[in-house]
Amino acid sequence: MIERHKIDETNFNSPFRGLGGKAGSSILLDERQKQVSVAGANERTIDCNKASLAGSVSQRACVFCGSRVVLYPISDALHLIHGPIGCAAYTWDIRGSLSSGPELHRLSFSTDLQERDVIFGGEKKLFQAALELINAHKPKAAFIYSTCIVGVIGDDVERACRMLEEETGIPVIAVEAPGFQGSKKDGYKVACESIFKLVGRVNNPIPAKSINILGDFNLAGELWILLEYYKKMGVHVNATITGDGRVEAISNAHNAALNVVQCSGSMNYLAKLMKDTYNIPSMRVSYFGIEDMSDALYDVARFFKDDDMMDKARELVKEEISRMMPALAWYKERLTGKKAAIYVGGAFKAISLVKALRLIGVQTVIVGSQTGTPEDYELIKKLCDEGTIIVDDSNPVELSHFVKEKQADIFIGGVKERPIAHKIGLGFCDHNHERKEPLAGYEGMINFAKEIYATAMSPVWKFTK
Amino acid sequence: MIEGNKSDTTNFNSPFRGTGGSIVEKSSFVSTRNSCKLCAPLGASLVFKGIEGCVPLIHGSQGCATYIRRYMISHYKEPVDIASSNFSEESTIYGGSRNFITGINNIIKQYKPKVIGIASTCLSETIGEDIPGHIHNYKEENVNIGAKLPTFIHASTPSYCGSHAEGFHNTVLATVKSLAEFENVRNKITILPGMVSPADIRYLKELLEDFDIKYTLFPDYSETLDNEYTAEYQLIPTGGTTVHDIQRIGNSKATIEFGSSFNKSFSRLKDKSSVQTAGEWLESSFYIKNYQMPLPIGINTTDKFIEVLKTVSGVELPESHRKERGRLVDAYIDAHKYVFGKKALLYGEEDFVTAMADWCKEIGVEPFFIKGADFETLKEKADEFQPDFLLGNSKGYYIARERKIPLVRVGFPIHDRFGANRMHHIGYRGTQELFDRVVNALIEYKQENSPIGYKYL
Repeated sequence: MIERHKIDETNFNSPFRGLGGKAGSSILLDERQKQVSVAGANERTIDCNKASLAGSVSQRACVFCGSRVVLYPISDALHLIHGPIGCAAYTWDIRGSLSSGPELHRLSFSTDLQERDVIFGGEKKLFQAALELINAHKPKAAFIYSTCIVGVIGDDVERACRMLEEETGIPVIAVEAPGFQGSKKDGYKVACESIFKLVGRVNNPIPAKSINILGDFNLAGELWILLEYYKKMGVHVNATITGDGRVEAISNAHNAALNVVQCSGSMNYLAKLMKDTYNIPSMRVSYFGIEDMSDALYDVARFFKDDDMMDKARELVKEEISRMMPALAWYKERLTGKKAAIYVGGAFKAISLVKALRLIGVQTVIVGSQTGTPEDYELIKKLCDEGTIIVDDSNPVELSHFVKEKQADIFIGGVKERPIAHKIGLGFCDHNHERKEPLAGYEGMINFAKEIYATAMSPVWKFTK
Repeated sequence: MIEGNKSDTTNFNSPFRGTGGSIVEKSSFVSTRNSCKLCAPLGASLVFKGIEGCVPLIHGSQGCATYIRRYMISHYKEPVDIASSNFSEESTIYGGSRNFITGINNIIKQYKPKVIGIASTCLSETIGEDIPGHIHNYKEENVNIGAKLPTFIHASTPSYCGSHAEGFHNTVLATVKSLAEFENVRNKITILPGMVSPADIRYLKELLEDFDIKYTLFPDYSETLDNEYTAEYQLIPTGGTTVHDIQRIGNSKATIEFGSSFNKSFSRLKDKSSVQTAGEWLESSFYIKNYQMPLPIGINTTDKFIEVLKTVSGVELPESHRKERGRLVDAYIDAHKYVFGKKALLYGEEDFVTAMADWCKEIGVEPFFIKGADFETLKEKADEFQPDFLLGNSKGYYIARERKIPLVRVGFPIHDRFGANRMHHIGYRGTQELFDRVVNALIEYKQENSPIGYKYL
């Protein structure tokens, strides 16, 4: 029994086994060997959907985080985090999700459990806290998030929610998200279940050709760009889930004809629930890059079998592309030959990024994500140039090694990847939740090119040589 | 003789006259709304980053480590690698020893650390994880390679006890308790500066060296969290207090410890003994004289700190520092009218706020703060207090924005600006920087809001 836990001394300095010397295998922990592969038809599929390895310094967060970031943009709901202070403090105003109306989502509420509450239970405190906040802010619904210790100390959050719903008359939804119950991705599922509890509560009349937009979070106002496109095509957007989200529209989401799902990692499950219960079909799209953005519009027109809609979509795409092509050509001329590394939350986004980078002459040499699915990684394997490293649930040791090995010039990632890139002297593009420039849509493609160019061409790099 | 030092707060025409600039009032809310505090494991991680060759391990869910990394990276703009034992449902029910072992093994394989600093979380504390026991077992099982094993330090930091400030000080205490050895020969000074910036730490080191004092400063994250461009990814950034130096803290003739409120504002139900600071512990256990003093912000408190340095070293204030003080007095005089009678809303860690408040009084600014308040409470009270500016971390920005008044960003965290690690707060130098920033913020505010747009003061 004890033997198992011993450090294998031979592993300390010697290169680890596996991968036949490919993809930095010498720095990989044994248990992570299968979560790394390279692009190419004959290469094996990588492992994913696994719990992060203890001590690996994963870039992932937890179940609570997954649920919190997805529900966060619902701006007329109260979001109360039941637990000690940390979880609420670290997620205060964490996403650049814009709202066209209420801003309640930008406040951070916590029951701030103390040792006494941990010993004697925090249910009463939760009830009082939720009640006072609902009375003070008059939200349209309330989400009560359970963090790690809530289940352990035996608080019955469901019961508290039922009582609160009776008392206040608004939907009060328990978001069961203890951090240890899986990964960030499991948190997405919890969020989907919570949203689904709102769906079907109202029946407001809407036009027949209506869609719900799932999985856009209106970072830097990206959703509003998309709404403009769909409006031009004559498509009515019913509920936006959850970017610029509202409780009433979500409650009416079951009346739409179609769910258009981006960031499928977070929202596929909601689409499935709505398909099973309300028979609403769904389609997977991406709004990053020209190809995927255009497909997102064409696919919707195709779904409604509406020639007029399709003509309008074609016209829009033609207009946008002819407007942006000269600029893109300009960037491509200057960026051709640059190599990029991508490490982002969802793999579906990574796929769009690979294509978008190609448009401006940049080759992707590393693609990784925190929460990719086998299907995503298969797609990436086929899409990318042979030899591109593909990695699931990576960490600073691996990422810093890979970018050196593949001699990347630019890193595209989030807050935690930025210092890795900068310390090695790589350019960096923020594709994170706090971004201030929209990267979606045609306009976003230009912003993306601009940012890649700015980071690749800055004169400061000469001091790093 | 103008009574420059005695700013009489009763003349300030404020609704909070005679309160000494602060009031203690409980929020009428049960909930915490926009918390001013963070959780204890963050403070622990910061201390562990100040030990040479150390990788922090947070014993709990993956999210704790990731959130804290993200929070610290956004402030320091530096890599912050913190490992997690990544609790699952199984470890929550049956105990986290297996995850602990896997975690330690993988840290050793990836980082080859000299030290692993282990912080507990609300989860691991609530399910009763015996971390000292885990460490003991791990060492026993790996006894054959004992010499290669890193040093283990454990701090108990459940987030339901105190804030990140308590987590910080508890970890300083836990580290000193577990490493320091009693010695008879005493020729050094130990300095425990608390939660100050990397620039502040560098300043303290320069000052002590100029005084020709041999010292151990702990924790020292002046390099680990404010490193130069390295071209390589240093898995463990260079810098930090060495284990050897912490072990030999016992050879100090005195401890200088900044702050005094910590560990006093709350008490653990199960461990009353933690209501002690590292300096107090060294005094009671090793009989090392403890000079506990406020953070040296402002001339008054820095003078007191300098007096202690003179006492312990027998050396006069070095000329370069005497001149820094002189220039600071000169600057105070030149700009005194621009700050006199202004009202500042303060928030942050208690020791930091207390020191800032004393400094405000020193320059004729009326400070206002509420002990233990969250930001929403502060925002509501600001309507009554009508501050002219905010002095605190970046999280108060929304209040400043709403009131259309300046925010002078100090302390931790500063997430919406660059250079937080290079910011000075303490000593004559830090006070000079603070003073210039406050004065200029007020002047800029007036200039921006003036219909004239004047070119001179």
